[in-house]
Amino acid sequence: MAGHGSSAHAAELASRPGRDGLMSALARWAFISVSLAFLAALLFAPLATVFVTAFSRGLGDYFASFSDSDTAAAIKLTLITAAIVVPLNTIFGLAASWAIAKFDFKGKSFLITLIDLPIAVSPVISGLVYVLLFGLQGWFGAWLQEHDISIIFALPGIVLATLFVTFPYVARELIPLMEQLGNDEEEAAITLGAGGWMTFFRVTLPKIRWGLVYGVILCNARAMGEFGAVSVVSGHIRGLTNTMPLHIEILYNEYAFVSAFAVASLLTLLAVVTLVIKTLVEWRTGYRRRR
Amino acid sequence: MTTPNMTPSLSPLRALLLAAASVLLLAGCGGSDSAASAGAAKRVELLNVSYDPTREFYREFNASFARYWQEKTGQEVAVKQSHGGSGQQARAVIDGLDADVVTLALAYDIDSIQKIGKRLGADWQTRLPNNSSPYTSTIVFLVRKGNPKGIHDWADVARPGIEGVAPNPKTGGGARWIYLAAWGYALQRELGGSFDKLQDPAAAAEVARAQQVAEQFVGQIYRQMPVLDSGARGSTNTFVQRGIGDVLLAWENEAMLALKEMGPDSVELVRPSMSILAEPPVAIVDTVVDRKGTRQVAEAYLQHLFTPEGQQIAAKYFYRPRDAAALEQYKAQFPDMQMFTIDAAFGGWQKAQADHFADDGSFDRISLGRR
Amino acid sequence: MAFRQPSILPGFGLTFGFTTFFLGAIVLLPLTALVVRTAMTDWNHVLEVVFSARALASYRLSFGASLLAASINAVFGFIIAWTLVRYDFPGRKIIDALIDMPFALPTAVSGIALTAVFAHNGWFGQYLEPFGIKIAYTWIGIVIALTLIGLPFVVRSVQPALAEVQRDLEDAAETLGAGRFYVFRRIILPTVLPALATGFTMAFARAVGEYGSVIFIAGNLPLKTEITPLLIVIRLEEFDYGGAAALGFVMLLISFVMLLTINLLQAWGRRRLVGDRR
Repeated sequence: MAGHGSSAHAAELASRPGRDGLMSALARWAFISVSLAFLAALLFAPLATVFVTAFSRGLGDYFASFSDSDTAAAIKLTLITAAIVVPLNTIFGLAASWAIAKFDFKGKSFLITLIDLPIAVSPVISGLVYVLLFGLQGWFGAWLQEHDISIIFALPGIVLATLFVTFPYVARELIPLMEQLGNDEEEAAITLGAGGWMTFFRVTLPKIRWGLVYGVILCNARAMGEFGAVSVVSGHIRGLTNTMPLHIEILYNEYAFVSAFAVASLLTLLAVVTLVIKTLVEWRTGYRRRR
Repeated sequence: MTTPNMTPSLSPLRALLLAAASVLLLAGCGGSDSAASAGAAKRVELLNVSYDPTREFYREFNASFARYWQEKTGQEVAVKQSHGGSGQQARAVIDGLDADVVTLALAYDIDSIQKIGKRLGADWQTRLPNNSSPYTSTIVFLVRKGNPKGIHDWADVARPGIEGVAPNPKTGGGARWIYLAAWGYALQRELGGSFDKLQDPAAAAEVARAQQVAEQFVGQIYRQMPVLDSGARGSTNTFVQRGIGDVLLAWENEAMLALKEMGPDSVELVRPSMSILAEPPVAIVDTVVDRKGTRQVAEAYLQHLFTPEGQQIAAKYFYRPRDAAALEQYKAQFPDMQMFTIDAAFGGWQKAQADHFADDGSFDRISLGRR
Repeated sequence: MAFRQPSILPGFGLTFGFTTFFLGAIVLLPLTALVVRTAMTDWNHVLEVVFSARALASYRLSFGASLLAASINAVFGFIIAWTLVRYDFPGRKIIDALIDMPFALPTAVSGIALTAVFAHNGWFGQYLEPFGIKIAYTWIGIVIALTLIGLPFVVRSVQPALAEVQRDLEDAAETLGAGRFYVFRRIILPTVLPALATGFTMAFARAVGEYGSVIFIAGNLPLKTEITPLLIVIRLEEFDYGGAAALGFVMLLISFVMLLTINLLQAWGRRRLVGDRR
C-alpha cells in the first residue's frame, strides 16, 4: 500500500475511532471514486497520451531525444530561470503574507487584488508589457541599446516575464492559511520575550509549512512550464533563448512528436520532486512530534 | 501611504532590497555577449530570423554556407536560427531582436520591419534578384487517401458540404497566401481567365461584380471550415492527426513535407488548376549588420541562396527553385502549374492586406457573416 | 483614524515595505506601460477595437467559460482535496504529487494532449461522438481546457486549510450529537471557505487569460469559439500594438473589478464567520 508509514497524518485521521460506521465507509468510497474519475478524465488521460507518444518508438528513441545539444541548452535555461525566480517569489510571498495576514490596515483587499493581477493577465500581455518597456520601440529601448544591455530576447527578459507570471503563487497560498490560523500563538511568543525572527521561524513557519510547500511547488511548476509570456520575450534563438516549453513546441512543429513529448515527459519528473519534498516535510514533522 | 513602526527591522529590509536588486542586476548583465564575439575575426556569428516551415531547409543550407565561407575566407561562421510565425518574428525584429538577416513568409512583414522598426532601407526588395525571394512556393491541397470527395480544384473545395482546413489568415502568413489563392482563382474565372481588366478603367463595373463573386466564393469555403488553427503546422496536424476535414489547404512545401513525414498511406496531394505564386522574401537588417560589423558575411549568406548549390538545397526541401537547372532536375517533383502573382491579382501586399485582412476587410466581412 | 490597527507583532515595516516595493517593480511598472500604451492610442481606434462584435462575443466566451470552469474546479477540487487529506488509499501519494502537472506541463502540451483525447478519433471522443456530444472544437472543449489548467489552484489551496481544521472541535461537536451536515456547514466550511474562495478566484483569473492550451481545442471560429487572448494575438499580428494593449487593458480592468469584488466579499465573510475567533 502506497503511503504506508510516512503518511502517518492521513492514516491517523482515517482510522479514528467512532467514524467507522457504514456511512463513513460509503462517504469514503464515494469521495475516492468521484475524485479518481474526475482526475482520470481530465488529468491522467492527457498525461497518458504524453507518455504513450513519447515511448511510441521504444526506449531507444525516447532517450535519444535528450542527446540533442539544443535540448540540453533548453533544459539548462529553464533550470536557471526557475532557480532565480522561485527564491525571489518565495521571499516575496513570506513578506506579503506576514504583512497582510498578521496586521489590519486599510486597503488590504485592494493590495491582495493587485497581487492577484498577474494571474489574470493573459500570457500574451505579460510578455507584451516587457516589450513595451524594454523593446527597441519601448520606453527604455534606445537607452538600453546605447549601453549594449540586452533585456528582452535574452535571459533577463525571460526571468522577468517568469517572475511576473509566477508572482502571486506563494503569497496567495500563504495569506488565507495565515489568516485562518490567527495571531494568538505569535502574540504569546512576543509577549514571552521572543524576537520577531525567532517567532517567525519557531512559531509561524511550522504552522504554515504545508502552505509554503504547496506555494513553492506551484510556483516552480509554473516557472518551468510557462510558455506564452516567455515566447513573446524569448526571440526563439535555437540553443540560446529557448526554454523547455518553447523547445517542445519547436520539436512538435518539426514533426518530431516523440522528442517533443519525451521532453514534455521530463517535466512530469517534477511530480517526483513534489513527492520527495512532501515526504521530507512529513518526516521532519514526525521527528519533531516524537521529540 | 505611511509605513509606521520602523523598529529594529530596518536593516534586514535593506538587506532584502539589496539582495533583490543585485539579483536583477546580475541577470541584466547576462545578455550582452553577442556584440563582443562579433569583433573576433576568426569566428563570426549570424542570426537568421525565419518563419516556421523553413527549419529543415536552413539547417542544411547553413552547413553548406559555412563550408563555402570557410573555404573562401578561412573564417568560421556559425548561423543561429530563430523560427516562429512570420508576423511574430517580424515583431521580434522590430522590438529589438538582433537579426542579421530575416527570411520571412511575406514581403508585408519585412515591409513592416522597415516602416515601423526603421531597421532596413526602403529599397530592400530590389537589392537582390527576383524580388529578393530566392525560392517560391504555391498553394496546393492535401486530401484523404483515394480522394473520396473528388476534390480536384478550388471549385470543389467551395462545394456545399466540403470541410476545408486552413490556418487563420489573421494569425498566419501562409494563411494569407491560401486565402488570396482562392480569391485569385475565383476572380480570374469571373474575368474570363485573365487579370488584365483590373487595369482597365472601362471595365470597372465588371471588376466590381467579379470581386463580389470572388468574395462569395471564398466566403463559401471559409464558412464551411470547422477549425481555424493559428498556424500552418497546426492545420496540418488537425487534418492529418485529428482526422478533421476533407481537404487541407497548404503551402506546397508543407504539403510535400507532411506527405513525407506522416506517410503517404493516409493522404495524397492534389494540385489545383491555378494557384498563387508565393514568394517568401529575404533581407539584410541594415542597422544590425552595421553595428555588429557583419554586413559582408550577411550579404554573402543571402547571395549564397541564389547560387546553384543553394537552389539545389531549396529544391530538396520542396521549395521551387528560381534557377532553371535546378528546376529542371526536380521537374517530377514540381509539375508546371498556372500561377498568378500578388502584384497582378491584388496590386501588391500593402493593398492586399488593406483590402482583405485589415479591420473590416473581406475576411472580417466573411467571418462576421457566419452564424 | 490610523492607517493600521495597532499590534504587538513586529515586522510590519519590513514586510509591508518589501511587498509594495516588489509589487511595484514586478507588477505595477509593467502594467503601467500597458495602460499608458492604451492611453496613447487613438481613442476612436480603441473604442472600435474594444467594442467590436467579435470582441464582445469573445468577452462573453472568455469570462463565461472561465466562470464555469472555476465553479467546476471549486466543487471537484474540494472533493479531491478532501479525499487526499482525509482518506488513505493505494496510490494516494502519487496522485497527490500529480496534481501540479497542469502547471508544469507547457500549456501547448496540455492543449494538444486534451485535443488528442477528446477529438472524434480520440480515446474518449470516439465514444462521445455517437451520442452527438462534441467536445473538441466547441465551447465545451474550452471549458475542459480551462478546468484542467485551474485545478491545482483549488486543490492546493484547500489541502493545507483542511489539514488544519481542528479535528477535536469536530469530534466534540459530533459527540454532542451534532449531525454530519451540521458539522460540515458550521465547522468545516467556515474554516475552509477562505482557502476555497482563494482557489476559485485564482482558477478563474488564470482561465480568463489562458491562451496556449485553448487555441488547440477551441476551433477559433470568429464569434463562436474565439477567446479574447486570441484577438490580442490577431491585433499584434497586424502590428497594432495599441489595439492589443487596449484589449489587454479591458481584460485587466474586468478581471480587476471581479477579483476585487471576490476579495472584498471574502474579507467581509471572514469578519462575520471567523471574527469571533480573533
